[in-house]
Amino acid sequence: MAERIYFRIVGSRIRSQLAYPASFALDVVAQFFGQGIELVVILVVFTQVSTLGGFSAAEVVLIYGLAATAFGLADLSVGQVEELPTYIRTGEFDVMLLRPLGTLAQLLSADVALKRVGRVAAGLGVLGWSLATLDLEWTPARVVLAVTAPVVGAVVLAAMWVAANAVSFWLVDGREVANSVTYGSNFSTSYPITIYGPWLRRMMCYVVPGAFVAYFPALALLGRPDPLGLPEALQWSSPLVAAIAVTGARLVWRTGVRHYQGTGS
Amino acid sequence: MIIQTEALRREFLVGTRLRRRRVTAVEDVTLTVARGEAVGFLGPNGAGKSTTIKMLTGVLVPTSGRARVCGLDPVRERRELARRIGVVFGQRSQLWWDLPLVESFDLHGAIHRVPAARYRERLDECVELLDMGGFLRTPVRQLSLGQRMRGEVTAALLHSPELLVLDEPTIGLDLTSKERLRSFLSEVNARGDVTLLLTTHDLPDVERLCRRVVVIDQGRVLVDDELAVLRQQFAGHRTLVVELMEPAPPLLGLTGVVDVTVEAQGLRQRLEFAPGATTAAELIAAVARHVELRDVSVFEPSIEDLVRTIYLR
Repeated sequence: MAERIYFRIVGSRIRSQLAYPASFALDVVAQFFGQGIELVVILVVFTQVSTLGGFSAAEVVLIYGLAATAFGLADLSVGQVEELPTYIRTGEFDVMLLRPLGTLAQLLSADVALKRVGRVAAGLGVLGWSLATLDLEWTPARVVLAVTAPVVGAVVLAAMWVAANAVSFWLVDGREVANSVTYGSNFSTSYPITIYGPWLRRMMCYVVPGAFVAYFPALALLGRPDPLGLPEALQWSSPLVAAIAVTGARLVWRTGVRHYQGTGS
Repeated sequence: MIIQTEALRREFLVGTRLRRRRVTAVEDVTLTVARGEAVGFLGPNGAGKSTTIKMLTGVLVPTSGRARVCGLDPVRERRELARRIGVVFGQRSQLWWDLPLVESFDLHGAIHRVPAARYRERLDECVELLDMGGFLRTPVRQLSLGQRMRGEVTAALLHSPELLVLDEPTIGLDLTSKERLRSFLSEVNARGDVTLLLTTHDLPDVERLCRRVVVIDQGRVLVDDELAVLRQQFAGHRTLVVELMEPAPPLLGLTGVVDVTVEAQGLRQRLEFAPGATTAAELIAAVARHVELRDVSVFEPSIEDLVRTIYLR
């Protein structure tokens, strides 16, 4: 019931963006290449080395494809959350509090940027290509994993971003903190975590769960044991991590809104 | 009672982390508003009007004190309250700037789950009374301020709220737009199903719409009374303007007159008099004994003067 109104709001946003088709198409193409350029970086690195953190070029591209698709989907659905400081500064957040709807859902539906499908398309292209080239051993579980991993990864990323952007409820200049998580996660999830130092690795496994976006699902698809000796169960636990991350993010957001109502701006 | 507050207080921490100060925006506001009333909420900038309104609408939590609006706790029951009140901020839009006005209305109707027939009826009525037919299909960003404000008020009324809160609704509008909005609001309120709470710097708004006035300053209620009573109590001087047949020296020394201004080489004189000391009729008679009158007119103290007098006390 309540969901229907969000679809209507999102629909109206999308219609207004499609009102200028040429400009929209250019935006999509720019997003596509913006994401694709990072693949070039990986390929350039592999002209110098034959493995990266113990992974071959094709394997790293698989991780990258999973991460890029997840990033694109997350950016498409919750990327607008980074506008929170603007909404707070202009007082539009107050207007949201005056509607009988949840504030997060309003913020996310208020400014959907459909052009971000360009990113999703780039990610899907890379992912499809790497799945086709790698000689994977397809089991039913892996098929399900390949289809769901980008979506689950997107949920993990989305939850991380929402929680990170909620700092704007406490800090006037929270945008920088939040951006470091948002864009940092784009970069850091695109590579095998074996290339990072132990401190950063642990953080990505247990604190900011970036390793569950692409790295662990990729290991499961490749049928590789973890080079660091982490249990195989982790490779299949991204959905559980996503559920925990979503619960945590909702809590952080709700606390943030309460704080905002407590302090004003 | 549709609004009931008890010792509502709100403090803010301002300044940097190193030098924090506690500022009290609203110190002690106790207020009750009955259903169907129209209350003007006045005060200078920074008096605490907007902060009070934010506490009444669930945007801000009071530091202490209690507020009930429509029988609800505004912060805890924010969403339920949002269904039952309408809020218009003169400086902020609740419309979608890139959508045609009518589509913003449609979304509002859907957000508040207004039944289709009721929605149609309400919208048609507003469109007619506010004369919006000509720009319903125009994107909000292309509307003039006056057109947009008509849209804002309509959006706030589509779900038939019990209480309509207007924060500076006529700010920046031209005279015609102001007047159109005032007469619409006064009609809506006269029907008795909507309570109005209005902050404004434009005192004619209050004069036109409100029977009761609450003046706050520095976070406290200074005055809370009927506009008519306030006029009597705080009435500044009334002014009798006399046009004379022949130029005459200033008409000094008449009972109750506190100041005389001479204009048009003594052909027109403005006599300010204290309403308690004499009446207009007595004064006219007194003037007529001295000079030959061509015309007289009496001016009431403006509500601006009235509020200024209250502030000065």
